[in-house]
Amino acid sequence: MNFLRSLLAILTKDVITELRTREMLSSMLVFALLTVLIFSFALDLRAATAQQTAPGVLWVTVAFAGSLGLSRSMAQEEQNRCFDGMLLAPMDRSTIYLGKAIGNFFFITLVEAVVLPVFAVLFNLPVFRAGVLLTLLLGTAGYAAVGTLFATMAVNTRAREVMLPILLLPAAVPVLMAAVRATGGFLEALPIADVAYWLRLLVVYDVIIVTVSTMLFDFVVEE
Amino acid sequence: MSRSRNWEPLLAGLAALMVALALLMVFLYAPRERTMGDVQRIFYFHVSAAWVGFFAFFVTMLASIAYLIRRERRWDVLALSSAEVGTLFITMVLITGSLWARPVWNTWWTWEPRLTISAIQWLIYLAYFMLRGALEEPGRRARFAAVYGIIAFITVPLSFMAIRWWRTIHPDILNPNAPGAQGGFSITPRMLHTLLFSIATFTVLYLVLLRARIRLEKMSDRVAYLRQRLLIR
Repeated sequence: MNFLRSLLAILTKDVITELRTREMLSSMLVFALLTVLIFSFALDLRAATAQQTAPGVLWVTVAFAGSLGLSRSMAQEEQNRCFDGMLLAPMDRSTIYLGKAIGNFFFITLVEAVVLPVFAVLFNLPVFRAGVLLTLLLGTAGYAAVGTLFATMAVNTRAREVMLPILLLPAAVPVLMAAVRATGGFLEALPIADVAYWLRLLVVYDVIIVTVSTMLFDFVVEE
Repeated sequence: MSRSRNWEPLLAGLAALMVALALLMVFLYAPRERTMGDVQRIFYFHVSAAWVGFFAFFVTMLASIAYLIRRERRWDVLALSSAEVGTLFITMVLITGSLWARPVWNTWWTWEPRLTISAIQWLIYLAYFMLRGALEEPGRRARFAAVYGIIAFITVPLSFMAIRWWRTIHPDILNPNAPGAQGGFSITPRMLHTLLFSIATFTVLYLVLLRARIRLEKMSDRVAYLRQRLLIR
């Protein structure tokens, strides 16, 4: 049970830090709301087109705000050499990865929880269906999983935060595409058989990425 | 050293010969396609370039795995060389794809699955080199690039599955007049011969360019080493 305790320790640390400063959450949230607003201005949101573009708008917002949060989350580990402290702790390096990934997943989901009602109001769409929420969770999980690994790398480069979207977006195409299609399918209340393929793809992606990232994380943080 | 000096020019000569032969086959041996006409002949080099473009990244992934296990510089050199050559070929895929799409479908770009996945692969290559460029310390650069090479390659088949399924259920939202959903045409035996030979030609071309790039990188390493030695003295 050492693994679980270490994992929980990292999670608690992240959540408590964030609750005290709220800087990451607030910037993610404001950015997400602004993105939704800008899309509202940029795209013509009459009822017919709204249903087609809404899933895309939602997931682009998640992608950009999420990438912001991921960068911040890893960057703030540099303060007080916190990351070195974690590396020195007697636990598997992959525990750090999982802890950070789950933490990032939690924060992005929190932002989504606030943005979703705004989204529902602006687009006038039934986004609170079970299918849509499930897609959000699966998609965010995959995005956070691959994003945490890449953020760890990006923070250590010369370009720092700018590097993350460049690395992340091409590799997150399966998630974003499947999530957008699944969300669209659920919004249109398509039969589950039509949407099943996208959900399966999301699950497969999540499983593969979490597994591979856990294995490769050690190589990223070794000295 | 002298062994590689022997077969490199031989391989390059072979590549040149094969390219010449392939061109002859493409223009003289392969038949003229009924619907699209002569522009269809781009297909042979377009597909061959795509094969190499993706295969090169597969090699990069294998070399990345080898590097993480063995930590030998030569695997890192192979990874980056293959990626660079692969980028070149994928660029060719995108350009030839556009050149083909324009006369046939009256559009420069189409979100056809294979073209779309080529664009994504191109972006992954770009990200790979931006990552390498942003890291100064050689050990870290090799390690990070290796990790990215492995994960990014894994996402490619998944992306392709996603895109292809998307295009299956929405065949052609841009071009209602497109012949078949993906510009299909039936392949006659002569076309098949030409295609296979083109693929073989491009593979040999890939090996030649790869070898040259590896040699270049090794020379670059040597120069850096000599420079360091001179500075110490």
